[in-house]
Amino acid sequence: MTTIAAIAPGRHGLPPDKRIVVGYGFWTFLLSDMVMFSALFATYAVLTRATAGGPGGAQLFHLTPVAIETGCLLLSSFTCGLMTLAVNGGNRTGTWLGGAVTFALGAAFLAMEIREFAAMLTLGATPQRSAFLSGFFTLVGCHGTHVGIGLLWLAVMMAQVAGKGFRPSVQRRLLCFSLFWHALDIIWVALFSIVYLMGSIDG
Amino acid sequence: MLGKLSWSVIPVDQPMVMIASGLMILAILAMMIGITVKGLWRYLWREWLTSVDHKRIGVMYCALAMVMLLRGVTDAIMMRAQQALAAGSAQGYLPPEHFDQLFSAHGTIMIFFVAMPFVVGLMNFVLPLQLGIRDVAFPTLNSVSFWLTASGALLVNLSLVIGNFARTGWLAYPPLAELRFSPDVGVDYYLWALQISGIGTLLGGINLMTTILKMRAPGMGYMRMPMFCWTALASNLLIVAAFPVLTATFAMLLLDRYLGFHFFTVDGGGNMMMYVNLIWVWGHPEVYILILPVFGVFSEVAATFSGKPLFGYRSMVGATMAICILSFIVWLHHFFTMGAGGDVNGFFGIMTMIIAVPTGVKVFNWMFTFYGGRLRLSVPILWTAGFMVTFVLGGATGVMLAIPPIDFIVHDTVFLVAHFHNVIIAGVIFGVFAGYTYWFPKAFGFTLDEGWGRAAFWCWLIGFYLAFMPLYWLGLAGMPRRLQHYQTVAWQPWLELAALGALIVVAGIACLLIQLMVSIRTRASRLDTTGDPWNGRTLEWASPSPPPAWNFSELPVVDGEDAFWRMKQMAREGHAGPAQAVAYRSIEMPKNSPTGIVTAFFAVLTGFALIWHIWWMAGLGLLGALVTMLAFAWRDMTESEIPGDVIAQYYQTHPSEPKG
Repeated sequence: MTTIAAIAPGRHGLPPDKRIVVGYGFWTFLLSDMVMFSALFATYAVLTRATAGGPGGAQLFHLTPVAIETGCLLLSSFTCGLMTLAVNGGNRTGTWLGGAVTFALGAAFLAMEIREFAAMLTLGATPQRSAFLSGFFTLVGCHGTHVGIGLLWLAVMMAQVAGKGFRPSVQRRLLCFSLFWHALDIIWVALFSIVYLMGSIDG
Repeated sequence: MLGKLSWSVIPVDQPMVMIASGLMILAILAMMIGITVKGLWRYLWREWLTSVDHKRIGVMYCALAMVMLLRGVTDAIMMRAQQALAAGSAQGYLPPEHFDQLFSAHGTIMIFFVAMPFVVGLMNFVLPLQLGIRDVAFPTLNSVSFWLTASGALLVNLSLVIGNFARTGWLAYPPLAELRFSPDVGVDYYLWALQISGIGTLLGGINLMTTILKMRAPGMGYMRMPMFCWTALASNLLIVAAFPVLTATFAMLLLDRYLGFHFFTVDGGGNMMMYVNLIWVWGHPEVYILILPVFGVFSEVAATFSGKPLFGYRSMVGATMAICILSFIVWLHHFFTMGAGGDVNGFFGIMTMIIAVPTGVKVFNWMFTFYGGRLRLSVPILWTAGFMVTFVLGGATGVMLAIPPIDFIVHDTVFLVAHFHNVIIAGVIFGVFAGYTYWFPKAFGFTLDEGWGRAAFWCWLIGFYLAFMPLYWLGLAGMPRRLQHYQTVAWQPWLELAALGALIVVAGIACLLIQLMVSIRTRASRLDTTGDPWNGRTLEWASPSPPPAWNFSELPVVDGEDAFWRMKQMAREGHAGPAQAVAYRSIEMPKNSPTGIVTAFFAVLTGFALIWHIWWMAGLGLLGALVTMLAFAWRDMTESEIPGDVIAQYYQTHPSEPKG
């Protein structure tokens, strides 16, 4: 019966490994999330020039703070990876440390993004001003909301590590969290390139 | 304090609406009193409302679809009656703003709250059984998905009593759906109801996709899966890839309406055609999300009732996946008149016609499955045969519409209305009724009455032809769709004929209801004690009817296609192992959870508050949902163990599964 065991998704007669099923399901969710972002990206791309006489990307975007933001988020992905290693090793202090640094970097990213938004709003560049700005605030804001939810999730997970320890369900959720956090990074790379880099080119 | 809500939003000046709402409220009250008198609340809460069993959730999905079908058909009858009357100087009995709500609600309800829940319900019930496993990948999430769908349905029904529904058609195109042209709550009801149920559908899609790809019985490789599992896989892939686009699109329209954004407005640089593109990037895959699973139903029915394997299994798998992929590159055929130019229209026209090829492969496969088989003309096979003849006609008119020059002529006429009813009624609806009749004994332990089933089928078939063939003709004659009133009196006889057809369809629904009542009353004479009433081929028939909570005491080992058929053959040939006392192992099953219904409560609260701009209540609802999620995340015991001797006891009175 070795051939059957080879094709079978689970071990013989036993339900398949929960870690694999949960990770796979969450990965599928992330794919669907990326599809949602792609709809927002497409809309933004169509509306980039629809400024209705208002300011465009070249006037509004400042690359230096955005580059620092990008650095924060990419670095937080690295520390999130370190946290995952600590979780796999059952290292509580490492998990705390990795989680805290990831949280701090994520929060810094979010704070800088909110500052950028506030500065634009005071200039009168509100999402109500033009279709381009509607698209910009929705696309970037949707990513920011994801980061915010991620921070909340991370805080809850730290509380769960404290309250429940490294039980399998907590480990699975930490796995999902790290998948989520890395996915946000990938989306940000696309966002940084398409919105900020291409948007800063005058013309 | 209560936002836009006041006593004046209840339409007391519209007697028809008030009578309908009154009847609905009375029916709900009567049901609740009935449940209270019989003392069934506890049972209902523990066994159904908080159940995470995929079989129970599947049944609830189908029940929701049946109830909403009654609402959607009522809308249809009212529209047909209006069009039969309102010719020339006659104005009919429905004012335009009511008629517009009717066709918007009819489309929305029939697609989102009848076809979707019925198809998802069948998949929920059948998939784990066919795959030889005990439940879906995420049982509690499954319950959440169902309850979110039910929340959306509740919001749509609330719009009948409190406020009004959209008057924009079932896809709410801007700029009509923007705040400037639809300032009242109708479009908001539409958007929030679909946003909530859409998230439920997406979560359900992720769940079933993971289940199929990761949780099959030992030995069940991809090419050994029953056809229904393949078509369900394709359908759920489409859900995962298409529904997020719907969420994003509705979110943008909501931002336009609530915060003054300019995505699709006529001013500020908005681009309304972006909405039309996005909604069809979801919308075209959506029709395949509905039709592919019923292609699977027809495949199962054709093989079972012909007594032979499905013809061309591999080509069927290929055709299913080809349709799955092609469905993403045809969306523009819904608006050839946008002005994209000849090359773009040509590409999408040809892609659309290519879909007819794998669909044709399927039709030939079903015919060759019948050929040479010992066909039993039972009710499921009637639905299948009716589908094969009628659906091909709908496919042919679809290919006609795929030719841009023809589309320019019949665009927005009732020819299109006839076409999509042709494929949805003769495809999806016939398919879910075939599946309903086929799997009913598995769900409840007794078969449905044959006579009333046949009557229902003939009423639906004849009613469909009478109702929609005249519309093909009228469309060619130039009659636009969605007319509350028309001047061309020459159309009237055809519309009277269509109204008669609709009445015959209603008779078909009455037959289905009578069939259900008769079958329940006389169930003792039609009990299914074997678990295999149709001489089936796939694993769902290996378990008793209705299956125990754990489906299978041991996961069956699969060594080929049509796993259950092979087991039966082995047993007949005496290859089954020596009968021995089986030692039943204890089984871990997920515990019931109120998470789904509590989430639904907060979803309805939030949706209602947002529709009526009651901001504090919306905040409260969101907070409640968050707390529910945290509470769920903090639970300790998610599974309970069913001890081996309880299982042994069960199999003393029920047929035990054959071993592979």
